[in-house]
Amino acid sequence: MASTIRVRASSNGDITEVQALIQHPMDSGFVKNAKGETIPPHFIQQLTFEHDGKNVFAADWGGGISKDPYVKFAFKGAKKGDELKISWVDNKGATDTTTAKIQ
Amino acid sequence: MNKIDVGFSATRRLILQGAGAVALIGLGNLPFGLTPALAAANDKYPEEAFKQKSDADVIKTLYGKTAEPSDKVKMDAPEIAENGAVVPISVSTTLADVTSVAFLVSENPNVLIAKYNIPAGTLPSVANRIKMAKTSNVTVLVEAGGKLYSASKEVKVTVGGCGG
Repeated sequence: MASTIRVRASSNGDITEVQALIQHPMDSGFVKNAKGETIPPHFIQQLTFEHDGKNVFAADWGGGISKDPYVKFAFKGAKKGDELKISWVDNKGATDTTTAKIQ
Repeated sequence: MNKIDVGFSATRRLILQGAGAVALIGLGNLPFGLTPALAAANDKYPEEAFKQKSDADVIKTLYGKTAEPSDKVKMDAPEIAENGAVVPISVSTTLADVTSVAFLVSENPNVLIAKYNIPAGTLPSVANRIKMAKTSNVTVLVEAGGKLYSASKEVKVTVGGCGG
């Protein structure tokens, strides 16, 4: 299965800027479907970014994050060609992981 | 690339009761050692904080201290959001020693949207997209040097969307 995570990480020499887009319904549990039934909560709870075995960014999310979430941040200490590891886990225990090369 | 399903007008309705149902079903089912790196790298998921119904309760649960408004916390949010399902909001700050950033929407059924942990070496600047049920105050909290700072702004929502 194709990864749910799309990442673009680009370094300008000092700072690495990271943008990630993840495919996930992010159902909050407050929304009803067309039949009036509540759509059960299903959302990513934790998202982490690791570089060189070290955590560089970690998100704790609730159901208030938009569907197919997007996040952007930047960190220091990486160079072009380095790998960035991205993982998420949702409230049902599903996970996905991918790695991206810093460009 | 991020198409929002606008097919269900009924899905826009909120159910205020049953908020507790967001109670993270399945979290307990996580097998041990499934994502050791994740567990080691991240703090425990702040489940209680995500259930709180007011800014004050979120701040108390998450940080246990009070936030002080600061003009060094810069929030970038639209004046008017046409689609409450996708509201782009970002924050940056000139404060030093930032350890975490959190986003709160006062009028959402669960006020806390997200908390980001910022280790040393990571810049105190985060952008994300959030859902807003209706027009509301949006607050960002920045934890820096052991203290808590905040900035707030009202964002008007023309079409609510606490879902997708």
